[in-house]
Amino acid sequence: MLAPGIKSRPVYPGLTADLAAKHNLISAEADGAAAVLDMAKTVTPDFFQRSTILYCSAGSAGKIYEQALRDLKPNALWVFPTLATALFRLRGTIATLTMGTRLYAAGTEPFIGSVIQEAIAAGIDFKSVITEHRGSAKRRVQCVHCKGFTEDVTTNPVVCAHCGLNLLVRDHYSRRLGAFQGVCIDAEVPGELPETEDLYK
Amino acid sequence: MGLIFKNETYRDDFTFSNSREAVWRFPFPFHEDKYMYVVNIEPHVPGPKGTVYEFPIDIDEHYVSDMRDRALVLQEDPLRCQSLPHMITAEWDLVELLMTSMANDFPDHFTLTRDGDNWHWVNRPMGIEQTFVFGDISTLPYRPMEYITRQCQGDFCLLDQRDGNLWMDAGVVTSQADWSLDFDVGMNFMEWHAPVPLAHERGVFDRALKFLLNLQQGRPVRRLNWTMTINPRLDTSPENYHKWGTDRTTVTPQNVGEKVHLRVEMQGLWRLPRSNAIVFSIRAYLINMNDIATIPKWRRRLHRVLKTLPPEIGGYKGLTRYQQTTIDWLSKFDDGATTSPGCGPE
Repeated sequence: MLAPGIKSRPVYPGLTADLAAKHNLISAEADGAAAVLDMAKTVTPDFFQRSTILYCSAGSAGKIYEQALRDLKPNALWVFPTLATALFRLRGTIATLTMGTRLYAAGTEPFIGSVIQEAIAAGIDFKSVITEHRGSAKRRVQCVHCKGFTEDVTTNPVVCAHCGLNLLVRDHYSRRLGAFQGVCIDAEVPGELPETEDLYK
Repeated sequence: MGLIFKNETYRDDFTFSNSREAVWRFPFPFHEDKYMYVVNIEPHVPGPKGTVYEFPIDIDEHYVSDMRDRALVLQEDPLRCQSLPHMITAEWDLVELLMTSMANDFPDHFTLTRDGDNWHWVNRPMGIEQTFVFGDISTLPYRPMEYITRQCQGDFCLLDQRDGNLWMDAGVVTSQADWSLDFDVGMNFMEWHAPVPLAHERGVFDRALKFLLNLQQGRPVRRLNWTMTINPRLDTSPENYHKWGTDRTTVTPQNVGEKVHLRVEMQGLWRLPRSNAIVFSIRAYLINMNDIATIPKWRRRLHRVLKTLPPEIGGYKGLTRYQQTTIDWLSKFDDGATTSPGCGPE
C-alpha cells in the first residue's frame, strides 16, 4: 500500500468486479496481475468470458503471471512487453469501446496514471475507472522547469533526466499529466542538497 | 479621473516603486496582530473612493508596466496561458466582464461600443483599437481570454462547475506566487489547493467550496491572500524558481527596506452568465518594507504577524531564509503600542 498523500493524489481503492458491466477491459502491469487474480476469487467464471485482459508484463518479473491470467479464460488476453506497447493497444481499444464497458487498471502508480490519461483523452470519466496499486512505489515526475518527465523515480531528491536540475519530488499530483511535480531543491543555494532518500522503492 | 501610468520594471533592474497615493491605498491584509487561515470571503461591493475596492476591476498606476511584464512572460513561455477546449464560452464571458467593467469605471482610458455582436474596443494607455464580433474567435488576434488578459492587471483563472466541484480548466497566470497553472490545469478545487498546509484540516476549503458553488451572478466576492517576495518581481513562478530562488539569500539588515516586499493578492470571484463558470482573479500588489514603515499601524502589525506566524505557513510561503532578518528590521519600528482593529492605515 502507498502512504496516504495530499488531496491532489489519487486514491486507488482496489479492484472490485463490476458485475453489471456488459464488458470489462482490465489493464494490469507486472504485479498488478496479482490484483486481477485476487478479484477472480470473488466472481464466477462467466465474468471473465465478458473480460479482455491487457497485460503489460514489464520484464521477466511479470512473466510468472501470464499463465495464471490465461487460466482465467478471459475473452482475450493480450500481453505486451513494455508500457509504450501496452498503451498503444489500450488507446486503439478504448477508441472502439461500446457502452456498458468497465475499465480497470492495476499496477504501479505511473501505469495507472497512464491508463487514466488514455481514458480521459477518450472522454471516459476518470472516477469510473476501477484501480488498484500493486508493486513498486516508483513515481513519474514532471520537472516544473523544463517540463520533462523522469520515469521510475525511487529517490527524493532526484536529478531531472532532461535538464539535470536537482528536483524535490513533491506529493502534488496532476492527473492530466499522470505525474508528480518536481521542483528545483537547491534553487536558493545551488549545491545545498539534503541526503538522497530511497522513498519510493 | 485620468491615471498617470509609470514606466517601470519587475525584473533585471527592478525600477518598480509605489507613489505615495499607491502606498495609502495598498490593501494591507492583516486585521489583527496575528495571522491564521480562515474563510475570509466578503462581498465584492464598491468600496470608498480611491481605494483598491472602489471598482470591480482595479486599474492603477502600474497598469502599463504590468502588461509589459505579462507580454514578456508569455513570449518566453506560452504555456502560462492555457484553456481546455470546453472553456471557450467562459472566455467570451470574461471578455465581456473585463471590457464592460474597465470601460465603465475608467472612461478616460477605455471605451467599449456595442452594436449587437459587433464590438469596438479602445484601450488608450496601450494604444489598442479593435473591432471584433463577439463570439467569433477569428475576429481577434488572440483567443478571447488571452486577448483581454493581456490588457488587464492580475492573473485570471476560469473555473468550470460540475460534479459539485470547481475545475481550473483555463487561465492566464504570469505573476503567481509559486504555483504552476500548467501543472494544475484540469484539477478540482481540493486538488489545486492540496499543497497548502493546515487549512484542509481546519475545513477552510470545504467551507469555501460550498460557498463558491452557490455564487450568484451579479454578486461577486473577494478575499485577500498574502506572501512576501524579494525584489518587486511579479513572475515568481515555479517554472522560473531556479532563476529567482537565489534572491531569497540576498537579504541583509542593510537592504531589508528596499528588497523585502509584502505581496498581497486581491482575489475576486464572479459567476459568469453564459458558461456558468466562475472567474477567479488574482491581482497582486507589492509594497516594500520602507513604504510599510511609513505607516505606524502597519509596521507595528506586520512585525507582530511575522513574529507569531506558524512555522508551517512561513515555510510554505518561502519566508524562512529572510523572515528573522525582516522581523529584526521591523522591530525597530514597533513601540509596543496597541493597534486599532481593521486593516486600514489608522
